Amino acid sequence: MVQDLIDELGRLPGIGPKSAQRIAFHLLQADPADVQRLTEVLTVVREKVRFCETCFNVAEAEQCRICLDPRREATQICVVEDPKDVIALERTREFRGRYHVLGGAISPIDGVGPDDLRITELMRRLADGAVEEIILATNPNLTGEATAAYLARLLSTMGLRVTRLASGLPVGGDLEYADEVTLGRAFEGRRLLDA
Amino acid sequence: MVGMSLYRDAAIVLRTHKLGEADRIVTLLGRSKGKVRAVAKGVRRTRSRFGARLEPGMVVDVQCYEGRSLDTVTQAESLAPYGDQIARDYAAWTAASAMLETADRLTEEREPITAQFTLLAGGLSALAAGQHDSSLLLDSYLVRAVSVAGWAPTFDACAGCGAPGPHRAFNLASGGAVCSSCRPPGSAAPRPETFTLLGALLVGDWSTASTSDDRTRQEASGLVSAYVQWHLERGVRSLRLVDRTADTAAVREGTR
Ligand SMILES: [Zn+2]
Ligand SMILES: [Zn+2]
Repeated sequence: MVQDLIDELGRLPGIGPKSAQRIAFHLLQADPADVQRLTEVLTVVREKVRFCETCFNVAEAEQCRICLDPRREATQICVVEDPKDVIALERTREFRGRYHVLGGAISPIDGVGPDDLRITELMRRLADGAVEEIILATNPNLTGEATAAYLARLLSTMGLRVTRLASGLPVGGDLEYADEVTLGRAFEGRRLLDA
Repeated sequence: MVGMSLYRDAAIVLRTHKLGEADRIVTLLGRSKGKVRAVAKGVRRTRSRFGARLEPGMVVDVQCYEGRSLDTVTQAESLAPYGDQIARDYAAWTAASAMLETADRLTEEREPITAQFTLLAGGLSALAAGQHDSSLLLDSYLVRAVSVAGWAPTFDACAGCGAPGPHRAFNLASGGAVCSSCRPPGSAAPRPETFTLLGALLVGDWSTASTSDDRTRQEASGLVSAYVQWHLERGVRSLRLVDRTADTAAVREGTR
């Protein structure tokens, strides 16, 4: 049974066999009330957390916390690949608009095309003309760059301001690993795309 | 470590896979080593010393430790950042993806094949430079890549009996153009202009290829894709997603 726990923990990202063992023995020796709380949180998260119907960020209701917040500007939408990127960008406190989570990047080699992402849903959000700026914040790597190029071309006829996070962002990596200062600067220095 | 050998090669990054939290496995087509798979540690962190150099379509001078099944990249210097230039043009990037996947499918690990390296480097270089329509560049790359792999199609002389062309039928299983007596049932009947374009793409005759019209290009693309898929059993996934809608040459003139 203890081995089952170690195996399950070892399947989590970033946890090797050593850490899995350490966490397992920690849980065995911990106050039962602490373990109970952890169990409850895991159950609640599994049952209650889903994707926002508007932006596809993680949400606890039909819409996420950001879409429900009336203080967030409805004129700006920041387009990202994953919900993890929303968390990274929120940490910068630089952006007061709303998000749109694509659910990945276009990658033909992996069989992922534009139709596999939430691009139609993005276009639907633009239909009422309330949005003035789209900030393309896909990963600063080549699939992210190509996805931004695709979106820029698609959006070019809509009379919107289309911007991309500053090229000063270190290239090749995943957005989620960028620190707040770098990301914040990339936001301030975002450039206009003339597609 | 004892017994581990270090090597250096010029290589094209064919594709990458995530590995664990911040690493990637990169598939490289080396000029002298052939295809190898190597681990690039920490490459997904934004402060990685590899930067964007180990992304698909980049040509690098790599140094690796040889491993049992996977090698390990220790150094990578940029030789040509084709991938980075291509990614800014969506149509060109989808064409590059199909080139990279085809090269991956046509080569075996650790079997040196310099001709495929040279051909792919040329194709990527032309896409990055935006010299010709990206869809035409892809088709030209594809017919030449399958030729190097030993499946050269014929677009003029009959694939069955060798009778000089032009002929009016095209058959995948026969290997291209077929005369009226060799023609198996179910062969395609492309227009004469399409045969001319395909022949031009095979030899890199761009003055002929660039005068072709859209309809001819579409028909040629269809035959080339079918020919490649016929020879590569599981098919090339990215071919389905190649963006052939935009006249990329015209689009580029507006953006660059
Ligand atoms: Zn939302
Ligand atoms: Zn014949």
